[in-house]
Amino acid sequence: MVTLNHYLILSGLLFCVGTAGVFLRRNLITVLLSVEIMLNAVNITFVAAGRYHGSVDGQIITFFVMTVAAAEAAVGLALVIALFRHRETLSPDAFTSLKW
Amino acid sequence: MVALIPLLPFLGFLINASVGRRVSKSVSGAVACLLMIGAFGASVTAVLAAHNAPGRFIQETVFRWISSGDLQIPLAFRVDPLSSLMILVVTGIGSLIHIYSTAYMHEETDAEFARYFSYLNLFAAFMLVLVLGSSFPVMFVGWEGVGLCSYLLIGFWFRKQSAADAGKKAFVVNRIGDFGFILGMFLIFVTFHTLDFQEVAWRVSTWAPEIAVGPATIATLLLFLGATGKSAQIPLYVWLPDAMEGPTPVSALIHAATMVTAGVYMIGRNAVLFQHAPITLAVVAGIGIATALMAGTIGLVQNDIKRVLAYSTVSQLGYMFLAMGVGAYTAGIFHLYTHAFFKALLFLGSGAVIHALAGEQDLRNMGGLRKALPITYWTFLIGALAIAGIPPLAGFFSKDEILFRTFAHGNRIMWIVGLLTSFLTATYMFRLVFLAFHGDRRHPEHPAHDAHPAPDAHPAPDAHLHDAPPAMAIVLIVLAIGSIVAGFVGWPHAIGGANRIERFLEPSFEAHQMAPGEFQVIEGRASRQPRVELAAGVEPAVPGSQAVDERREIELMLLSVGIAVAGILVAMAFWLRNRAAATRVAYRAAPIYTLLLNKYYVDELYDATVVQPIKKLSTLLLWRGIDAALIDGAVNGVGGAVRGTSAALRRLQTGSIRAYAASLFLGVVVILGWYLMR
Repeated sequence: MVTLNHYLILSGLLFCVGTAGVFLRRNLITVLLSVEIMLNAVNITFVAAGRYHGSVDGQIITFFVMTVAAAEAAVGLALVIALFRHRETLSPDAFTSLKW
Repeated sequence: MVALIPLLPFLGFLINASVGRRVSKSVSGAVACLLMIGAFGASVTAVLAAHNAPGRFIQETVFRWISSGDLQIPLAFRVDPLSSLMILVVTGIGSLIHIYSTAYMHEETDAEFARYFSYLNLFAAFMLVLVLGSSFPVMFVGWEGVGLCSYLLIGFWFRKQSAADAGKKAFVVNRIGDFGFILGMFLIFVTFHTLDFQEVAWRVSTWAPEIAVGPATIATLLLFLGATGKSAQIPLYVWLPDAMEGPTPVSALIHAATMVTAGVYMIGRNAVLFQHAPITLAVVAGIGIATALMAGTIGLVQNDIKRVLAYSTVSQLGYMFLAMGVGAYTAGIFHLYTHAFFKALLFLGSGAVIHALAGEQDLRNMGGLRKALPITYWTFLIGALAIAGIPPLAGFFSKDEILFRTFAHGNRIMWIVGLLTSFLTATYMFRLVFLAFHGDRRHPEHPAHDAHPAPDAHPAPDAHLHDAPPAMAIVLIVLAIGSIVAGFVGWPHAIGGANRIERFLEPSFEAHQMAPGEFQVIEGRASRQPRVELAAGVEPAVPGSQAVDERREIELMLLSVGIAVAGILVAMAFWLRNRAAATRVAYRAAPIYTLLLNKYYVDELYDATVVQPIKKLSTLLLWRGIDAALIDGAVNGVGGAVRGTSAALRRLQTGSIRAYAASLFLGVVVILGWYLMR
């Protein structure tokens, strides 16, 4: 029997994987992918909770999140390309010229 | 029609101030003179109308000026005997001085000439507002206006540092007096709920004279502070001698004949009020006689021809205040009126001398001008005789009246000091006459001049030594005639005269003229409270006692004439016969001579006690303390605080995305954790 807790654990694990990716990877594209993993982990929580409460709200929110994620990915990848053209690198540590 | 009197010169001001620079000197001079003469004509008409009107006065409300609750101030002009005399003096002498100025200021450019006449016209307009105003605020408009014009005219040659400084000094010193005037005005409004002269006089006339210090005493003392500023009395007289930096006709008109008498006029206008404040009257008399003596002694040793006359003016004003203080209002105003003639004459005569000598004002560089400037000499001599008090010239009657009233008032010390001042007056005036007009011509020493002879650039000073041009000569002669005959209206009873001026002026100094019934007619307003009978035992406020011991008066007259003659003889002995003796005396009494020459160091005293402390306070406290430290400190402190905080906070912006993400993550964890743990 798959209960709500199983979904939440899965979601939590996925979120941790995504978070670890954001913190640890040295490639901006991978960081963006990790953010997508985190978003989808949250989506799972929403859908599971919606199903558990017998409402469609969770699914609706998920669609919103997916839409926003798609837009974010488009903008984010465009920025990554632009950054790469400037610096020939995708390491997040290379872009510190606005720091104090 | 009364409003026309100040409006005509004001029109002259507008014309000369707007288009004066574009027209020639003769046009702007003619506009100014004709409008002044027009004002004189209007004044004569108004005075005649007032003389024939019931109650001997006319009042004209131009419009309702201030209307705020209790405070109702119409812009109203009032012609009564006192203001009649004043407007005749202001417009009459004023017209003469305007005419004189057309010749005296002839060397100025067109624009400067028009500027001069616009100021002079504006002055006349404000002076007329001052004397015609029927209430304190209207008078105050004129009071401040003449102060402004005085400032503008003293500093007329403002490119000269000393003239600009003198103008500033006059303005600042007068501000102190005006401060007192305003406070006095407030107190009068609070006490009497009116600012109209007649109504104040009417309301105060039901009071008993204030033996102790009360509102009337305080109010009159404050008003008197204003008078000391405007009329150059101790302690605020210091600006008048410096005011001689202005053109000489200005000194004659503003700083001798008219404006400086405003304080005397103001006391005369409020005679009933002052009569109810005996303490103030004592102060007025004391200040007056002290000023008269002090200025007289300073005048004795000054070397600048105009400064001698300036101190003489201060001294004569002191006489007028003495008269006011002993309750002899008629005598004071009478002296004001005769003084206007002979002092204007003396100033204009000195102007003719200065004009002839191309700007030389030092008596030590004059001498022997009698033959070169006959008209100036003779008219000046008449002026000097008049001010010295030689009968039957104008000064004799008025000065003798004051001395007699002081004697009758019972204060012997003041009377003796008055006689001493009279002696000093004769001495310093004739010292001036002898040094300037008699003896041999003395020339200023110009060593540089001799070293580099420039034949065409600097002709010898005597080359163009010419007597007064016609416009100036006529004015001098008219004023000389005035100085002879002006006193006849006050020919005393004791020597067979009628003293018409006393009878003429008397109604202005009494309260019963200001009965409310008359007010109704003039103002057409609703009824006022019925006339209150004077309480029993309260003396009616009628200044001037009629108890005249005529024999005593004649004796005193002979005494004061004797003293005046003695003064002239002393001057003759020292400065005509034996100048070496004068120098010897000055050398012997060196400390006194230095003290007098330096004007008792009063300017230095004021500088040390008032000016320097204020400068110190301003520099150390206001500038360094408040402005630089507190205000700049607060403003710069805000900037510094922001900068300092930023310097600390910018360390947070590491540029490392992981650090940002970590702080974000931590933040979410903390916030969520807080919600969960709650």
